[in-house]
Amino acid sequence: MRERLLIIGNGMASVRLLEALMRADAGRFAISVVGAEPEAGYNRVLLSALLAGDVMREDIELRGREWYAAHGIELITGDAVMALDAAAKVATLASGRTVAFDTCVFATGSEAFRLPIPGINRPGVMTFRDLGDVAAMEQAAGAGRRIAVIGGGLLGIEAAYGLAKLGADVTLVHVMDRLMERQLDAPAAKLLKRALERLGVKVLLQKQTVEITGAGIDPDAAAAGLVFKDGSLFSADLVICAVGIKPQAILAKVAGLATERGILVDDQMCASIPGFHAIGECAEHRGVAYGLVEPAYAQAEVLAKHLHGGIASFAGIVLATNLKVSGLPVFSAGDFIGSDGSEAALLEDSDLGIYRKLVFRGHRLTGCVLVGEAEDGLWYLDLIRNGTDISMARHDLLHGRAFAEALLPAHEPATAMPADASLAEAA
Amino acid sequence: MNAATPIAVSTTCPYCGVGCGVVATATGRGSATVTGDKAHPANFGKLCVKGAALGETLSLDGRLMHPMIHGQRATWNQATRFVADGLQRVIEQHGPGAVAFYLSGQLLTEDYYIANKFAKGFLGTGHVDTNSRLCMASSVAGHRRAFGSDTVPNIYSDLDEADLIVLVGSNAAWCHPVLFQRMQTAQKLRGAKIINIDPRRTATSEGADLQLSVASGMDSVLFSWLLSEIDARGAVDGAYLGSHTNGFEAALASARQIAPDMETVAAKTGLAPPDISRFVALFIANIRVVTCYSQGVNQSAQGSDKVNAILNCHLALGRIGKPGCGPLSLTGQPNAMGGREVGGLANMLAAHMNYTPADIARVQRFWDAPNIVTAEGLKAVQMFEAIERGEIKALWVMHTNPAVTLPRADAMRDALRKLDLFVVSEALANTDTTRAGAHVLLPATAWGEKDGTVTNSERRISRQRPFLPAPGEAKPDWEHIQLVAQRMGFRAGFSYPGAAAIFREHAALSALDNDGARDFDIGALADISDEAFDRLEPFFWPWRKGGKQQGRFFATGGFYTPDARARLLPVAEPMLAAQRSDAYPLLLNTGRVRDHWHTMTRTGKAATLARHVSEPGVALNPADATKLGLAAGSFARVDSAHGVATLRVELDAGVPEGTAFAPFHWNNATSGLARVDAVVQPMTDKVSGQPELKATPIRVMPLKMACEGFLLTRQPVSLPAWLQHTRLTIPGGEALLFASTRTAAEVHGLLVNFVGEAPRRSMLADAATETFRTIAFSGRRLGAVLFAGPARTPATLEWMIEMFAAEQLDSATRKVILAGRAPAGAADPGPMICSCFAVRRSSIADAVKLGITDLDAIGDALKAGTNCGSCRPEIKRVISDERTKSAHPAPA
Repeated sequence: MRERLLIIGNGMASVRLLEALMRADAGRFAISVVGAEPEAGYNRVLLSALLAGDVMREDIELRGREWYAAHGIELITGDAVMALDAAAKVATLASGRTVAFDTCVFATGSEAFRLPIPGINRPGVMTFRDLGDVAAMEQAAGAGRRIAVIGGGLLGIEAAYGLAKLGADVTLVHVMDRLMERQLDAPAAKLLKRALERLGVKVLLQKQTVEITGAGIDPDAAAAGLVFKDGSLFSADLVICAVGIKPQAILAKVAGLATERGILVDDQMCASIPGFHAIGECAEHRGVAYGLVEPAYAQAEVLAKHLHGGIASFAGIVLATNLKVSGLPVFSAGDFIGSDGSEAALLEDSDLGIYRKLVFRGHRLTGCVLVGEAEDGLWYLDLIRNGTDISMARHDLLHGRAFAEALLPAHEPATAMPADASLAEAA
Repeated sequence: MNAATPIAVSTTCPYCGVGCGVVATATGRGSATVTGDKAHPANFGKLCVKGAALGETLSLDGRLMHPMIHGQRATWNQATRFVADGLQRVIEQHGPGAVAFYLSGQLLTEDYYIANKFAKGFLGTGHVDTNSRLCMASSVAGHRRAFGSDTVPNIYSDLDEADLIVLVGSNAAWCHPVLFQRMQTAQKLRGAKIINIDPRRTATSEGADLQLSVASGMDSVLFSWLLSEIDARGAVDGAYLGSHTNGFEAALASARQIAPDMETVAAKTGLAPPDISRFVALFIANIRVVTCYSQGVNQSAQGSDKVNAILNCHLALGRIGKPGCGPLSLTGQPNAMGGREVGGLANMLAAHMNYTPADIARVQRFWDAPNIVTAEGLKAVQMFEAIERGEIKALWVMHTNPAVTLPRADAMRDALRKLDLFVVSEALANTDTTRAGAHVLLPATAWGEKDGTVTNSERRISRQRPFLPAPGEAKPDWEHIQLVAQRMGFRAGFSYPGAAAIFREHAALSALDNDGARDFDIGALADISDEAFDRLEPFFWPWRKGGKQQGRFFATGGFYTPDARARLLPVAEPMLAAQRSDAYPLLLNTGRVRDHWHTMTRTGKAATLARHVSEPGVALNPADATKLGLAAGSFARVDSAHGVATLRVELDAGVPEGTAFAPFHWNNATSGLARVDAVVQPMTDKVSGQPELKATPIRVMPLKMACEGFLLTRQPVSLPAWLQHTRLTIPGGEALLFASTRTAAEVHGLLVNFVGEAPRRSMLADAATETFRTIAFSGRRLGAVLFAGPARTPATLEWMIEMFAAEQLDSATRKVILAGRAPAGAADPGPMICSCFAVRRSSIADAVKLGITDLDAIGDALKAGTNCGSCRPEIKRVISDERTKSAHPAPA
């Protein structure tokens, strides 16, 4: 009998793991995949583009159901694993169905984080996480609707952009003094703010939301506005809470697996109990629970190899962020702030709306921020990850790949990027 | 009349003493097309690059448009009253000897005449001197001592007919390019030999058959040896000597003492005996020999003796004033000769008349002068020293920039503040002189607006004719004087309706009681009508009434000494005014670069002229530079006992060890800390009063700059004088190249204020590599560019200048503009060789690599050297360097 493999979750990490397993030896495992969403796994990174109407529904599909069928993979959607007996190796689904397995992989991803403030559960307060959210927002966001998006990170910006494109009156509310403070330095964030404003999104900075008020005194009344810590009010018909994500680790925790923020895994993506693994946003590796697709993909590749008996390990990854909002390329990677002992080089072209910051340590590139033009982001990321000696092109590196590449020693790309390599963060 | 057809006007170039004819056609907007005048006998249509670029120098930018009193705009009425009252007061309190005039070899003869008349006849001061004192006073003194008059015996066409041309102290290839080409034509067509005597190997040397790098100041040793050998070999023209000269024996005796034998001559001159022998042999063998001498001879504390040492040889051989044969002084300025004719020098009275009782009486009578001066005045350097001592209280400077060009220039500039009355007649608002505390500025017309005459090096008088209207309230210089004179009550002597009237009076004075007694006589023109003056063709003086123009002088004697004989003079043992010492171990030689003129007030406006030599530098022999720890392109502090300048180091094997060469053009209007004449010593020739500008003991020390960069702007900006910088005109604006001991971050922070405001601005900051760049945009073109970094980047500068000139940047270039280079990677194009066609060294080198190794073939391929030709020696050098390289390829 073939080894039975249960994959919990059908997100991007899950699909990548399946692809890698099929590539290596399609027949080795008897695979069951359980996804809570009704659809087969899709490209979550493109949700804001879908919301904005920049892409169509079919554009975000990863693998159709026929692909699963053709590869003998059992795909269960619209059903969720509710309980797991780690000793017996049996999973129980919401539908009551049970699935027995020899090996289990958690690819449960993360869930949107809701602010712990009064009124957060009112009707008209939404999160932005899945296709269902997109549909709800499309419905709620008719032209002229006044929408507050809380959270000036990647997710909030993407949601705000998408809603603005739908014709809504969108205000982005952020607690910090600049947008994307975890990915951008101040000048880049300023450019981003200006660009967003040009796209029709209003931006309120340094506004900590402490309450969501309703239309009337009924605690269940629909959301009608925000109260900020400074006492000021903001009225809104709809509130999107996009303040962050948290790994979905509760199932694993209950099953007895070691968890912190996420499910603890080693470099081979093995969880604390033999036969159990975790990849993607639900996993916590060396203290980091990644919120990006790229490490999730890397983890999936490592795990596939490991499951096939190969030797592979995931040693962590230099983070890169790529904001996917059309007309507003933003990319950051590595030590973009510039820690002590590093040196920064800046290029700012306010006329073209371009900002570029490279951070160097000795003869190596260690971080970068690109705003306005980010085509060379992956190339810079390669240089960072490879530790390429860039001294030959030190002066020209800022001006981009076409300009500087010829001056550098030839090298293999460190990370083979898939064609659709969208490096998105969901935090 | 509407839409007037542009009129081509024949006039004369305002630069050097060659006096080329040009045809200018005004094209509106302060510009004109300028071409060589084929009909003019000085140049037959040829022009050097400076002349060819005259059309670029006519903008009204920076012009002084109205009178100023103490920096405030004033009316002509107010200004002339201020000057008249000031002169009156100084004369009343201190006497007329407290008033001085400092004129210019660039004034027209008519301006000169009026100023001279006003000072010497009406104010009663003899202190009328001119920048010609710095230029050819030693030639004047030499001529007068030998000939009894300031007469140039020969003419340009003698160069066409010579078999040997000896250049002494002249970089004619750069300083008199059109004449040098004429010499080279003789070299080509009739096999004439060119010998170049100059301590420095220059572009002229490239075209010479024999280069004699004589030790500084030792020219007279060589000519003394020549005289002695002329005698020893029996080459003396006994008949000529016997009939037309005096003093041969004494001259020979001194020559023998100075140059007793070949060994001594070789030791003193630093020349190899075979070269000396070849020079002597060629000189004696070629009857048709022309000796051209210029600033290397004149700008010397023994300049007069050098001139006489040369004249002695020509007189001893009887080779003077004959076709293809004689001495020919090359004057530096367009009208130094006119000034000499007028008598606008402290040691002359007027019209080649001197301070003899008869001459004084004659001139007084002619002018009806109330206060005729009776004794020589102070010559330039002494005049300014008298200002420094507080003895001269009033100074009127016309058309020159003494705060830049006098020796010990900083001290002289500062001395100007002691004056009770300091008047400057100027075309430009901001020169080092106008900014030296002038009380009154009077706006003068400039070339293209002025109307009058000039005289070139061969005594040929040509018209300068206007083709542009006078801008603002500018008036010709003669009118400045006339207005003040009228206000002082001298209306009778100063009521000229125009330049022609002044010229008539000048011509009449030259003919007064003359009858051939004086060489200068243009009496034929004393009654010329205004219309005839307008049409006046170039002519030689003398042109006596009822006679013909005279070309050469003295072939059959007829000198202007009392006995009509020329004087051969004993000369003093050659010795520099100041010797090298441990403290100041190098000798500083000063001079010109090819594409600039004087203090750059005109050439500085032409982008075409800005690139051959872009920055003030000091050239050193590579061996000295190594000893001093100076690399090419680094900066050096150059100082003497008198002053200091900071200059970019160039290595030039043509500069002899133990010497340095620096051009004197740059000043505070075009640079910072680069006033070379501040370093130069003030010692003068006892006879001519000309300072020794070419041999100041100096020391040169490395100056480590922390930052270099450039600022390109559309509108002129003034950088602080303490910042090392150079201003150059570029297409569409100007470039300021700077360097500082402060960091790039600091300097960028300071200069960024000159770049336009955000948001149309881009910047690059890379603290680790000290790279700071800011660019402002103006529409789709660059508005301002500021690049600062740790070192200079010539290729970046070239590319940015090119981009700055673009009316709009394409988007690909726009994106990488802060990189300072094209994405493909532009190679350093090298220095500009041919300014006329903008051909750089790399293009010529590429052509040589393709096998084009002939000067004319390079011209066919690239046009380089086919216009003015002044770069041809340099092209030759590039060809030879590149051929050497390809013959001995550098190891990979």
